[in-house]
Amino acid sequence: MKTLKSIYILPLLTLFFVACSNDDDAPEIINEEEVITTLTATLVPVSGPTLTLTTRDLDGDGPNEPVVTVSGNFAANTTYNGSLNLLNETVSPPESITNEIEEEGDEHQFFFQATNNIATFTYTDSDANDKPIGLNFRLTTGNAGNGTITIILRHEPNKSATGVEEGNIANAGGETDISVTFNVTVQ
Amino acid sequence: MKYFLMLVAFGTINLVYTQECTSTFFGRVIDFHNGTPITNAVVYIKTLNTYGTTDNTGKFSFKNLCDGTITIAVSHLACETKHLELDIKGNTFYEVNLEHHIEELSEVKIDGIGKSKSTQTAQETVLKTDAIERFSAFSLGDALKQISGVSTINTGNAIVKPVINGLHSSRIVIITNGVRLQDQEWGIEHAPNIDLNSAGSVNVIKGANALAYGGDAIGGVIILKPQAVRLKDSLYGKTIVSGQTNGRGYSLNSSLTKTYKTGWFVDAQASMKRFGDFMSPNYSLTNTGLNSKGFSINSGFKTFEQGFNVYYSFLNNEIAILRSSHIGNIEDLVNAINSKNPQVIEAFSYDINSPNQDVKHQIIKANFFKRFKKFGKLDLQYDFQNNHRFEYDIHRDDNNNKPAIDLTLKTHSLKTNLKIDSKNHQVVYEFGLNAVYQTNFPNPNTKVKRLIPDYDRFDFGAFATSNFKLNTQTIIDFGIRYDFNTIDAKKFYETSRWIERGYDIDFENFVMEDRGTQLLTNPVFDFHNVSASAGIAYKMTDNNSFIANYGLSNRAPNPSELFSDGLHHSAARIELGNLRMKQETSNRFSGTYQYQANLFSLNIEAFYNHINNYIFIEPTGVEHTIRGAFPVWSYNQTNAALYGIDLSANYNLSKQWLITNKSSFIKGRDLNKKQALIDMPSFKTVTVLDYTNEKWLHFKSNITSELVLRQNDFPNNNFDVFIPTSQEMVEVDISSTPPTYNLLHFQSEIALNLTTKTKLTVGFNVTNILNTSYRENLNRLRYFADDLGRNFMLQLKLNY
Repeated sequence: MKTLKSIYILPLLTLFFVACSNDDDAPEIINEEEVITTLTATLVPVSGPTLTLTTRDLDGDGPNEPVVTVSGNFAANTTYNGSLNLLNETVSPPESITNEIEEEGDEHQFFFQATNNIATFTYTDSDANDKPIGLNFRLTTGNAGNGTITIILRHEPNKSATGVEEGNIANAGGETDISVTFNVTVQ
Repeated sequence: MKYFLMLVAFGTINLVYTQECTSTFFGRVIDFHNGTPITNAVVYIKTLNTYGTTDNTGKFSFKNLCDGTITIAVSHLACETKHLELDIKGNTFYEVNLEHHIEELSEVKIDGIGKSKSTQTAQETVLKTDAIERFSAFSLGDALKQISGVSTINTGNAIVKPVINGLHSSRIVIITNGVRLQDQEWGIEHAPNIDLNSAGSVNVIKGANALAYGGDAIGGVIILKPQAVRLKDSLYGKTIVSGQTNGRGYSLNSSLTKTYKTGWFVDAQASMKRFGDFMSPNYSLTNTGLNSKGFSINSGFKTFEQGFNVYYSFLNNEIAILRSSHIGNIEDLVNAINSKNPQVIEAFSYDINSPNQDVKHQIIKANFFKRFKKFGKLDLQYDFQNNHRFEYDIHRDDNNNKPAIDLTLKTHSLKTNLKIDSKNHQVVYEFGLNAVYQTNFPNPNTKVKRLIPDYDRFDFGAFATSNFKLNTQTIIDFGIRYDFNTIDAKKFYETSRWIERGYDIDFENFVMEDRGTQLLTNPVFDFHNVSASAGIAYKMTDNNSFIANYGLSNRAPNPSELFSDGLHHSAARIELGNLRMKQETSNRFSGTYQYQANLFSLNIEAFYNHINNYIFIEPTGVEHTIRGAFPVWSYNQTNAALYGIDLSANYNLSKQWLITNKSSFIKGRDLNKKQALIDMPSFKTVTVLDYTNEKWLHFKSNITSELVLRQNDFPNNNFDVFIPTSQEMVEVDISSTPPTYNLLHFQSEIALNLTTKTKLTVGFNVTNILNTSYRENLNRLRYFADDLGRNFMLQLKLNY
């Protein structure tokens, strides 16, 4: 029975050993690299004030809602030259994602939509295959009214599908990386 | 036979001539366990070719022997034969201990097939070697589906998790070669890292009645046992090769065993599987290939009285996950549900692209046992497991080689068991202690928020079980177990999430450091769990028997239930754990009726499982991110009841024709909300018609009909969401279940004896003969694509 007892002491010893091996090093903080926190659309008319549409969600998948701002009202029947800027503001200094999208242009496309016929859109840039990306675009407003503008970024869309080149998202497929809606007024 | 041997024995003794040999060799043969004499044991002196038998006090004697060394063999019905070498010097006395336990014997003598059950009063089913070998190219879950009441929850066709009576993941304990598998089993997309080919038999115990294996097996225990070792000088092996049309792949498994009469053995096994994209009836399932490699070595020394065993196994699974199941936001999910076909269909390929998993699992085990005369058996075991899991997502940049998840889970465990079986074979007591230390390390180099945090976990368990054989008809079982778990985690929370959950009020003391937008916290939780089990098996007549049992078990919440916090890509939902989680408590009552006659046998198992604080995940709201709106699913607790009946019946129509039916019916209710529980298996009935003809090269064949009815009981978790593209509110139907399906399968095999020691078995199987399109409710990818289409498979098995 003596050997038996010593055998039973073994696990208890290990218990002690294990309990002591607990190290207290703090894990490394992770600031996500792939996150897009901020999208800014800068819209420059031929004459008149420049407008910006911004969405910013600093906590990523966290519970806080994105903060959506529209700097002013659009002028009716006016053409605006638009450009998009994307940032990851969880890192300091903020990292620009715009260049990355441009470099991988064949795998990305922005889609623009408006309600109540307040605006129409055309692409003014292209990827390596002469298909649009949408980082640069032209927005033409219609008559005065209220409505929404939606900007969607799809990753790996099928750019050859019917209508996709013209900006119709219906057949685009792919995964959504950004989907944001702005309430705007045209006057 | 015995009397004949006796006759021969006495005859021979009389014939032996004595020269100057006058020594007497005498002794006693007794039972190893309790020291009672064994009557009619045969004592054979090999060197003299002389037989004798013991009288009713266990005594024997041989007169007029010469001095010198003799070799004897002592045997008795239902005992293991014992071989001894002795020196005779004058009158010599020797006491021989024989092992008299039949169930222990099977461990020693088994011929390739494990028959022994691990419990006597629980709902237990054993899958033998041939039933496993047919699934050589598939997974553990696929093989276990043969058992009534066992189903699977899948992510595609390669990630298959067994479900026992509606419960899975952390509620099931898997034991492989005596080691409790620790491989992040909590995740639905984490299939058990088991190479089915390394098992000689698989036991499935429903419910938590096998307390020696853990007190938290609310669903059940799956025990994989290696091929048993024969104690003789021998070298044998087998090779199984199979090729199949669906997935255009192969599977190869080979094992070789060398055993020695002295008790030494070494057993090595290796397997490989390689598949490309699988096919549904109408389209290719792009990115569903598999690349699996594994090997194991088992070696040691084993006699009846003592032995040791050292074991190492390695398994690497690279599994591609359906390309179309990776989605960006809820609109993509709506598109996937509404579209009949998956969004991405490409030409067949063997490539494993993102999304995919790459998991390596290693087990090292050392085990020692010794039996003590008139007392029992002591077991001591240490094991170490290293589980390294990579998961790759589709990245925005081309950096798909960088994992999104990189987790290393290391587990050390030490356990000791003492079995006391000396009391006239009527009572067996078993005691055990175990200690487990586990540490999880999520590599920060992924630059993706950790899904499971850094943690250290420590478990300590102690149990006692007893088994009483009241009479030849009745066996009763009692067991009790205590487990202590503590988990010490270090986790970063987004400050906004910490506040939204209300943790800033309840768990302020966990906060270690404020790093601006993130908080470093140190949650520590202790859980005390008590489990108990009681069972009775009663054999009423030769044909009829009953089993009834009760099990109380407690399960501490797993890291995913406590700490989940983030976006789950294939489900397009934000999943949140809960630090306020309590352990769940299950009270399970079950009863079994068995009828066994020549032509007909029936087994009916019924159960009622009441679970307090049942942990489940449910939708609790919607949150917006830059990708759009996402439903939030939170882990919550409720009181639940699961109940059902599993039936299996065999009827021999003739010597050659056999008809079998296995059906299972289960209901799961959320008792607080008075609604159905999510993810309950549908009613399923499998009917098999077997035809066997020994004359045609041992021809065996069967045709199987598998009918799975639509699950009509499910909670309605549908929600409305605004789709910007179409500018409308849409109801997202994630709840509706797929329709009823009926599949037909065919199986056949013949066996050829190539030489006296070599046997070739050729099998030809067809699954989903009619190429039926179907989707299974418990397949996570059912929103995205149909299940597998027709498959032809050829399997060659060589035993040598």
